[in-house]
Amino acid sequence: MDTAERERLQLDLVRRFSAAVPHNHALGIKVLEIVPTQALFELPYDEKLVGNPDTGVLHGGVITALLDGVSGAAVFATITEMVPIATLDLRIDYLRPAEVGQTVRAKATCYKTTRNVAFTRAVAYHDDPDDPIAHSVGTFMLSTSTGKAK
Amino acid sequence: MTLVERLTAAKEAGDYQGLFEAIPYAKFLGLKAERVAEGETDLVTTMTFGPHLIGNPALPALHGGTIGALLESAAIFELLWRAESIVLPKTITFTVDYLRSAGAVDTHARGIITRQGRRVTNVRIEAWQEDRARPVATGNAIFLVMK
Repeated sequence: MDTAERERLQLDLVRRFSAAVPHNHALGIKVLEIVPTQALFELPYDEKLVGNPDTGVLHGGVITALLDGVSGAAVFATITEMVPIATLDLRIDYLRPAEVGQTVRAKATCYKTTRNVAFTRAVAYHDDPDDPIAHSVGTFMLSTSTGKAK
Repeated sequence: MTLVERLTAAKEAGDYQGLFEAIPYAKFLGLKAERVAEGETDLVTTMTFGPHLIGNPALPALHGGTIGALLESAAIFELLWRAESIVLPKTITFTVDYLRSAGAVDTHARGIITRQGRRVTNVRIEAWQEDRARPVATGNAIFLVMK
């Protein structure tokens, strides 16, 4: 198997793995794109995810879960084999409220990996990644034996 | 009833459960808030385990996003619980440190207000499962709290 073939298989595995995560499924997340070092998820608006019933705006926690998931997928899209990873930390800046009724997309890039650690950044947005709802940076521990951090 | 009216009623009754029923996402996560003990004022937010919260079925472990959402919710409830007048806080930034894998059981969280300013409030949050001394995650949230 050549490198390109192995990469294609790995990315396909990440795509299927991400879509099969129970909580991603419960939120209604769709995996739109997995390419080397990058992942793109989509979350259609759903009334069960509302944080403020007066306005219908999604709860911030929904954005957190979306950014956490897409960042992890970007790490898997970067490493060359499926080893367990664990989120060390995730920081999210909330830039503006999500629009009621609109789909939220999240795009993550794993911009650096070392032997033990992967670094990610991600944005959540509606249509334009340059007009984000939220921005995040994360760090992940690579190859943890039990999936536990440290 | 608006959310602020519900909050006011919940606060007067000392019972937050009705409020959780009114917030769809809190219901989806299975959140409830309880005072630590009768007569105590400390508030603990609990996320009741459900299979839809799983992130890694092999371990099994909760999805990191659910822990983040629990921490953020616990911080907001702490603010609403302590505040004299009710203003819905807006999250500016939120950081989670994941310390241990969170298993397929109930998770509890408690927020502590570290600084209350005129415009900005900082809250530190800790989440744990069976053993309070072994937190699964800690968080720091900064909120804009203005009428």
